[in-house]
Amino acid sequence: MDPSAYIILSAILFTIGAIGVLLRRNAIVVFMSVEMMLNAANLAFVTFARMHGNLEGQVIAFFVMIVAAAEVVVGLAIIMTIFRTRRSVSIDDPSLMRN
Amino acid sequence: MTPSAPVAFPDIQWLQLAPIIVVLGAAAIEVLVEAFAPRTSRRSIQIGLTFAALIVAFAIIVINAGTFQLVVAGSAAVDGPALFLQGAVVLTALLVALLMMERKVDPSGDAFAARASAMPGSEDERQFTARGYLQTEIWPLFLFCTGGMMLFLSANDLLLMFIGLEIMSLPLYLLAGMARRRRLLSQEAAMKYFLLGAFSSAFFLYGAALIYGFAGTVSFGGIADAVVGQSQMSGLLLGGIVLLCVGMFFKVAAVPFHEWAPDVYQGSPTPVTAYMAAGVKVAAFGAFLRLMYVAFGGEAWEWRPAFWVVAILTFFVGAMIGLAQSDIKRMLAYSSIAHAGFLLLGVMAVTPDSLSASMFYLLTYAIATVGAFGIVMLIRDDSGETTSLDAWRGLGRTHPLLATAFTIFLLSFAGIPLTAGFIGKFTLFASSAAAGEGWLVLLAVIASAIAAFFYLRVVVIMFFSDPVGSGPSVATPSWATQTTIVVALIVTVVLGLFPQAVLNIADHADVFVR
Repeated sequence: MDPSAYIILSAILFTIGAIGVLLRRNAIVVFMSVEMMLNAANLAFVTFARMHGNLEGQVIAFFVMIVAAAEVVVGLAIIMTIFRTRRSVSIDDPSLMRN
Repeated sequence: MTPSAPVAFPDIQWLQLAPIIVVLGAAAIEVLVEAFAPRTSRRSIQIGLTFAALIVAFAIIVINAGTFQLVVAGSAAVDGPALFLQGAVVLTALLVALLMMERKVDPSGDAFAARASAMPGSEDERQFTARGYLQTEIWPLFLFCTGGMMLFLSANDLLLMFIGLEIMSLPLYLLAGMARRRRLLSQEAAMKYFLLGAFSSAFFLYGAALIYGFAGTVSFGGIADAVVGQSQMSGLLLGGIVLLCVGMFFKVAAVPFHEWAPDVYQGSPTPVTAYMAAGVKVAAFGAFLRLMYVAFGGEAWEWRPAFWVVAILTFFVGAMIGLAQSDIKRMLAYSSIAHAGFLLLGVMAVTPDSLSASMFYLLTYAIATVGAFGIVMLIRDDSGETTSLDAWRGLGRTHPLLATAFTIFLLSFAGIPLTAGFIGKFTLFASSAAAGEGWLVLLAVIASAIAAFFYLRVVVIMFFSDPVGSGPSVATPSWATQTTIVVALIVTVVLGLFPQAVLNIADHADVFVR
């Protein structure tokens, strides 16, 4: 089994996530794309751990999962408050900020 | 099946880690206070705990001065730069905490929403405000953020650096959305900051993964060895450095990753803006310096050209777009972008002199920034703070002391002699020129001349233009905000006149442990 295929897969997932963040307008979908990027990084960590034959990468993957969970809590809270105010989670809604 | 050998438990250097443990521990206790203490006494307990934790942490940092070692099996470093910048972060946090407890400038309470969960404009919100509720969750969030900054600064491997980055950022995303006035703007700032911040940490993390693939380890020392030992430039290494730097450029708001800064600075509650502009910048640059010096210092000639481009773009865009701003918070945001550009000179020089110069620069910049935002809090109208520059017209005639104080902060940002900002800029530029970046320093000087123009524009508006209507309305602050402004003022002036003592401390702390 050639582990480098998993690296390529993770790069593809990361790219899809990054494109999703840049193109999608719904805050929840943008947020999901970010989570996909984090998971792509996790896949890369675990694969590299296998290739190097040490455990560091696998341990890091656990930490990243926990951080991602914390991020979900904070992120959904913020998106919820916006949604309750505006009845919409589009990030294109007229901005109140002036340049 | 025989039990496997017990896992060796690493030595924990409690004293060296104590500042971080105290701050994060106090934050955890504050969460319990939030759950169990009666509402009437909660706020005073939280404030007492916060100040006690910060003061104790600062005392331990002073006791630890001179420590130069790796702790917890090499994943964190306690050395000169870490201690100096941790000290700067804690001092900034103390000044910001004073701004956060200010209750006199807004007739209905402090700078934070009575209940952040209540819908803006709803009956709930009106009632909470009428009853004088104050959100006390801001204090544990604030301490978690401070502890995250201290961890971020002293992280010596990519994992701990990522964790520190997140502990610092997550509470800030929430704090950004808690302004009492202009709730919609504040919520929008929180969402923008959160989405872009999470996006940038994903880049940082993927970069860390690539570096791990390259080196087989995430500790900075191991990465440095792998970098020096390589025979040819590896794609993994290059990609890793690029992605890590993108993540860091986002955090320090360097062009082209700066777009979030003005919006987020404008929408957030002003004490939080002050903390973002001062504390986050100190922490992120401290971590950035360590990353580039320790892990990738051996490869500096490879990544430096990209830094030239980013630094030049950053200080010119910051200075030029700053000129066109009509809102004081946005203007200060562009000013902080320009400062990030100057600080990148220190990151790319990779010499001990530019390290100590960057640290001094960060300290002076952070203190003056908190002072400036402290004054921004005071200029108000019926609907809260008025950040439009028009409201500052004639401030010099109606409130000469306040206008003078603001002028001194602006002069320090501009780098005019006799202020701390001048000493900071001078030592930073000199060390950068000594490292062979003379032409870059020349461009930086031109950019700071342009930036000086927009600082002076505010001075002219304050002193030489007629007040609009009845003049700016200035709230009378309590002792807390007054203390912040006065302390920031004293530090800015004293470090401008007699910088030698602090410069010596920075000079003695100019080497990263590895």
